[in-house]
Amino acid sequence: MYTQALNARETETSAPEDAERLAAFQARIDAEEKIEPNDWMPAAYRKTLVRQISQHAHSEIVGMLPEGNWITRAPTLKRKAALLAKVQDEGGHGLYLYSAAETLGVSREELTEQLLSGRAKYSSIFNYPTLTWADIGAIGWLVDGAAIMNQIPLCRCSFGPYARAMIRVCKEESFHQRQGYELLLEMCRSSEEQKAMVQDALDRWWWPSLMMFGPSDTHSTHSAQSMAWKIKRFTNDELRQKFVDATVPQAHFLGLTIPDDKLAFDAESGHWTFGEIDWDEFSRVIAGDGPCNRERLSARQKAHEAGAWVREAALAHAEKRAARRAAAQVAAE
Amino acid sequence: MTEKTTPLWEVFIRSRTGMAHRHCGSVHAADAEMALQAARDVYTRRGEGLSIWVVPSAEIIASDPSEKGMLFEPTASKIYRHPTFYEIPEDVGNM
Ligand SMILES: [Fe+2]
Ligand SMILES: [Fe+2]
Repeated sequence: MYTQALNARETETSAPEDAERLAAFQARIDAEEKIEPNDWMPAAYRKTLVRQISQHAHSEIVGMLPEGNWITRAPTLKRKAALLAKVQDEGGHGLYLYSAAETLGVSREELTEQLLSGRAKYSSIFNYPTLTWADIGAIGWLVDGAAIMNQIPLCRCSFGPYARAMIRVCKEESFHQRQGYELLLEMCRSSEEQKAMVQDALDRWWWPSLMMFGPSDTHSTHSAQSMAWKIKRFTNDELRQKFVDATVPQAHFLGLTIPDDKLAFDAESGHWTFGEIDWDEFSRVIAGDGPCNRERLSARQKAHEAGAWVREAALAHAEKRAARRAAAQVAAE
Repeated sequence: MTEKTTPLWEVFIRSRTGMAHRHCGSVHAADAEMALQAARDVYTRRGEGLSIWVVPSAEIIASDPSEKGMLFEPTASKIYRHPTFYEIPEDVGNM
């Protein structure tokens, strides 16, 4: 999902931990107790969470770019206000998540540095370009739709601050998906040309959306441990199947064709079966070689550098005022 | 660039339901005034609050989780602090 790259195998091994403490920790997890920042936790649990929450945060922040690209070109004031509010929400989601990650002992500055240096990962989906206005609808419908599938179970994550951040995020996501679908519905009903634009957007966004759920269960190396720790509640393939089952009828309602000739309804299981994802493309985009990876990173770097003087000035102003207050106090005594 | 870190603030919000201020997350800001503005933007975009408190995170003193037993267990045995500990005949009615 927003944390696909977690599924890569880790090479380093950490020092063994006290078996008794580990067992007590697992017992708390099994009893559905929430783990809070000051509680004892295995180093690997902390590390997994820092990586997962920060990748999730980075995805929200980078995710503002493809949509932000269309704010000045929205076709009506209503659509512009909705898109602006949605992009602002995504910025908020990034901030809730950075705060949650910081409770584990990592600083905001470190996290920002990891993103800007290209060491940290974010969701592959945001490395695709938004070519037409229909892409804005497709992102709301498919990308936020996939995010909702993934984020709802995260509301029950064993780590308290992450679960609480997810509850806030989920409350806001529904509007994101609905505004996207409504926009597409309006386009599909208005003219053949506009409907063709929507079909083209679906053709380009369908497969990358399925990739958001990460590698298939047979290749996902972190799943079992994350499930045992109740960070994750469903496997990648389970969530992907849920998404396909929910989305195919919505595409049909719009009168669109899903770009997959293997797609078929299996009456026996009640699920839609679908074709194979292009895993080479997935690996390429995750590794940094998607259509927009470089553009996204340089946009974030530019924003960070251009904002440096504001951060510096705000701190200098705060220091000056604090010094003046201290001086006034001394004078009064 | 040698950038200084921006202080962290804990955010508490009183919702429109008239509840007490409740912790809802944190923000980074250079000073208290900017912390309030950031908290408004980050945590109250849909009318979630009518009042905000921000407190420097470094000023929060927290109890030690390893002392949980010592601090909170003794109350478990004091069942006489609860109304159900006392028997009142049904004839008396609601009390
Ligand atoms: Fe989001
Ligand atoms: Fe969203």
